[in-house]
Amino acid sequence: MAEKLVGKDFTPVDVVAKVTGRAKYAEDFRAERMAFCKTLSSPIPHARIRNIDVSAATKVPGFLGILTADDVPQFPPPQPPILTKDEVLYVGHPILAVAAESEAAAAEAIEAIKIDFQQLPHVTDPLESLFPGGPNARSNGNVAAAQINLQTLKWEAADFAAAGDDKLPAGKPAEEWKYGDVDEGFKAAKLVIDESFVAGGFPHHSMETRSAFAYWEGSKCFLHGSNQSHTSAVPNISRFIGIPPEDLVFIAEFCGGGFGSKIPGYPNMAIAALMSKKIGRPVMHRISRAEEYAIGSARPSFQGRLKLGFAADGKILAADLYVVQETGPHQGAGDFRSAGNCLSMLYQPAAMRYRAVPVLTNTPPTGPQRGPGENQFVPIIEPIMDKVARELKVDRVAIRKINAPDSSSKIGSDRGPLTSAFIKEALDQGATMFNWEQKKARSGQRNGNKITGVGVGQGYHSAGSNGFDGLLRITPDGKLHVHTGVGNLGTYSHSATARVAAELLNYNWDNAIIERGDSRRGLPWNSNQAGSLTASTQSRTMFVAATDMKAKLLDIAAQMLGGAAADYDLGDEKVVSKADASKSITYAEAAKKAMELGGKYTGKEVPNDINPVTKHGVTMIAGTGLIAVAKDNLPRVGITPGLTVSFAEVELDTETGKVNIKEMLCVADCGTVLHPLGLGHQIAGGNVMGIGLAHLERHVYDPKLGIPTTQSIEQSKPPTYLDVPAEIGWGAVDKPDPQNPVGVKGVGEPVQGSGAAAITSAIADALGGHLFNRTPVSLDMILNHLNKRPQAHKPLQINTV
Amino acid sequence: MPERNQAPPCEHDHNGGSPKDSSPTPQSLRATRREFIKSVIASGVAVSAAGYVVVGRGGEAFAQSAGTVTRLVTLNVNGRDRPVDVLPNETLIHTLRYKLGLTGTKLGCDHAECGNCTVMLNDVASYSCTTLTHAVRGRKIVTIEGIEGPNGELHPVQKAMVQELGPQCGFCTPGQVVSAVALLKHNPKPTVEEARVAMSGNLCRCGAYDHYLKAVMRAAREA
Repeated sequence: MAEKLVGKDFTPVDVVAKVTGRAKYAEDFRAERMAFCKTLSSPIPHARIRNIDVSAATKVPGFLGILTADDVPQFPPPQPPILTKDEVLYVGHPILAVAAESEAAAAEAIEAIKIDFQQLPHVTDPLESLFPGGPNARSNGNVAAAQINLQTLKWEAADFAAAGDDKLPAGKPAEEWKYGDVDEGFKAAKLVIDESFVAGGFPHHSMETRSAFAYWEGSKCFLHGSNQSHTSAVPNISRFIGIPPEDLVFIAEFCGGGFGSKIPGYPNMAIAALMSKKIGRPVMHRISRAEEYAIGSARPSFQGRLKLGFAADGKILAADLYVVQETGPHQGAGDFRSAGNCLSMLYQPAAMRYRAVPVLTNTPPTGPQRGPGENQFVPIIEPIMDKVARELKVDRVAIRKINAPDSSSKIGSDRGPLTSAFIKEALDQGATMFNWEQKKARSGQRNGNKITGVGVGQGYHSAGSNGFDGLLRITPDGKLHVHTGVGNLGTYSHSATARVAAELLNYNWDNAIIERGDSRRGLPWNSNQAGSLTASTQSRTMFVAATDMKAKLLDIAAQMLGGAAADYDLGDEKVVSKADASKSITYAEAAKKAMELGGKYTGKEVPNDINPVTKHGVTMIAGTGLIAVAKDNLPRVGITPGLTVSFAEVELDTETGKVNIKEMLCVADCGTVLHPLGLGHQIAGGNVMGIGLAHLERHVYDPKLGIPTTQSIEQSKPPTYLDVPAEIGWGAVDKPDPQNPVGVKGVGEPVQGSGAAAITSAIADALGGHLFNRTPVSLDMILNHLNKRPQAHKPLQINTV
Repeated sequence: MPERNQAPPCEHDHNGGSPKDSSPTPQSLRATRREFIKSVIASGVAVSAAGYVVVGRGGEAFAQSAGTVTRLVTLNVNGRDRPVDVLPNETLIHTLRYKLGLTGTKLGCDHAECGNCTVMLNDVASYSCTTLTHAVRGRKIVTIEGIEGPNGELHPVQKAMVQELGPQCGFCTPGQVVSAVALLKHNPKPTVEEARVAMSGNLCRCGAYDHYLKAVMRAAREA
């Protein structure tokens, strides 16, 4: 029999390409007569374009063509445009593109273009925009999000006066919900806290910028892009280009980091494609680091207020959360909404009210970044939970367990169910691994100029979806081709989930081939590689496709050897008679027979309920072997939560403010472990990003000029080798989720949140429970606090150093 | 419409295939990087109704200058002498990626911040984005493509990176591999702390540092 694959380590095939430099990313492709393209973008945060004079540019030697907003598809605001037409909304907003024989000539031509801007008032702070008479980031409004129409919303001056400088005013929200009796909960509470906070935004800064390379063959557009998803991005990218999805050949075998910034395709991808069409040559559009900062997305900042009422044992009786989100100039993501759900999920308040307003700002467009919303929120609330635990004399892990969900818990305003939740078990396992009982005695211990702090943080993100398609093929050589439409973000889940199909079909892993990364390979409709979705969602599609494949294999055996399908079972890459083991056909023989039979056996006929993208993919491989294709119609009721817990011990230097992380570990509740090495990798990497979120990374804007000062990597400061522990420990609860056929849940997002929260919790612990109520907790904030100096920022100020 | 034969090389190759010399040579190089933003800062600032004409923000092109002539030089790359036309202020990464077809070396920031572009110059790890090509004539240049053995066998660092699952997205990996190889040339048995410091010029946004470090230590043990 074939080996068991699920839960075992393996070497993903693409790792060799990565360590040898043979892995090709978008900017690594070349073509004869390739032209270069560069964009001209706005140098000012908000202005009306009165006139563009390109006459001098067209005379630059090597000039080939210009693409303006008039040449590209238009989308209703506040969706981001490919090129902006009348109004620029942030520094770096693309206005037009120039193609030339060389990149230098394109830049030369861009330098010769004159634009007449009428400067408009700009805003980088949402509270300024909400103030009566305050500036709007765009001429048609200052508030928008998915399910919140673009509108102008102003608070009353009295709201600001009532709150004072230290508290977030609570003006009219753009959305709100509540459950339970919140007022009654606060009345019954033994302890009530009311904290205003700022969670800082920062750029994604994926190492690979979003360069794109495109050319055409007739009506077909070939696009090499950097994208974390594959088939789910195709409809969107083709919409940006303005062609039917079946005319787009999307090639993206590797993606140099996305973290949420490259989920379903993005407008910038269309520039290379449309320029190539316009000038009739292949076009390379290389994106510089500064351009990536501007268009590469960012985590939005929050200005918020959190009121919690506790019973004597630490249980939260009432919660009231208000989030103001700095969204950037376009629609942005629903981080604010996720923060509310996160509070209701992780701490299960008996009653809760949530209010939020997403405010448009003249800062770079924001979007989802790893745990969008949850990961801003947990590093703020967890030190607050610590403070309450101290006041109520409850252990800090215990107060989290008292409030933690289990599998019968509910989430959000509609009190929806969960598929499974084992965070209490993760807290116990983490506390044992970390030796919490002994370590917590070190809180605040001084050794010369060093103070020790220990922290614990939790993370949550929904981690599973359903309804996508599975596609498998056995070719006449007996090989299993696993067609997968997910991307290659670096989680190796494209392969880890493929092993579910291989295991169910008794395949040796060496005989499985993963088909992915290129539309021409015949790829099914699969989920975004985002939101901790792939492991759970894709194991389901593999299960349904393998079930279809097994049925077809048994059926073919019965046709070839007689009897009924039920008389056969799967052996080691062969179908064997249950009654007589000498009667069998190999998978290779079954594939050859399938090609004689045709119809549903070779993809000539497909189920009606599969997605049109899958149907199109099947046409490319129909007739080449035994094909199984099915939609995931398996039941899934409720939210599938990915949950993590991180522990950290830090040593804080009172002279320099430096936070030395001495130990860090993280335990995940992600259902059945699919690929231990890959899981450990995601956990460690996520915690590293959490360290950045907690005390390093930030956006800084000059509030007067609206100009970014953290465009380069060093300025926004993601963690380096020297900022993180040499090793990050990890564990997994490894309890199966009952609503996934192999028990899997995802976990990519919450690991960053719990890691960040463990660090803010540990820093607060080292400082005797002092609450900064702000991320990142920078070195100078720590030094100012230790030296009893005022902080450089005002209480609710954002985008500060 | 472009002809069919314009399809780029290697696009069917699942694992990337070998690099090919196919890149067009840019016509010109420019002396300084453009920083259009300056014109804005200089042109006044506060919110005002006054319109004004400024040039846009063009991003950054490779350092190039119109009308400058190239000079044919010979570079020793991965043990081979490679003649190549080089502009006076051309950076090494540009020469490698766009003239010699060696796209394994990645450009992450172009500002000596991230280390994605790391190559070895006479066995010393160096950022090729801020190294002038003319400055490395006569030096031994080794890129990621030159790390494997003569018969394509993986270097011990590469083997260890595979075994420890070093990369996540993989974009910074060529630079990490080259830095690790350079480290082990000078210090074959580093401590974890020494390895951490030696590798600290190579950023990884995925945060794969501990897996990379484990790979470096494994390579040191097993080499």
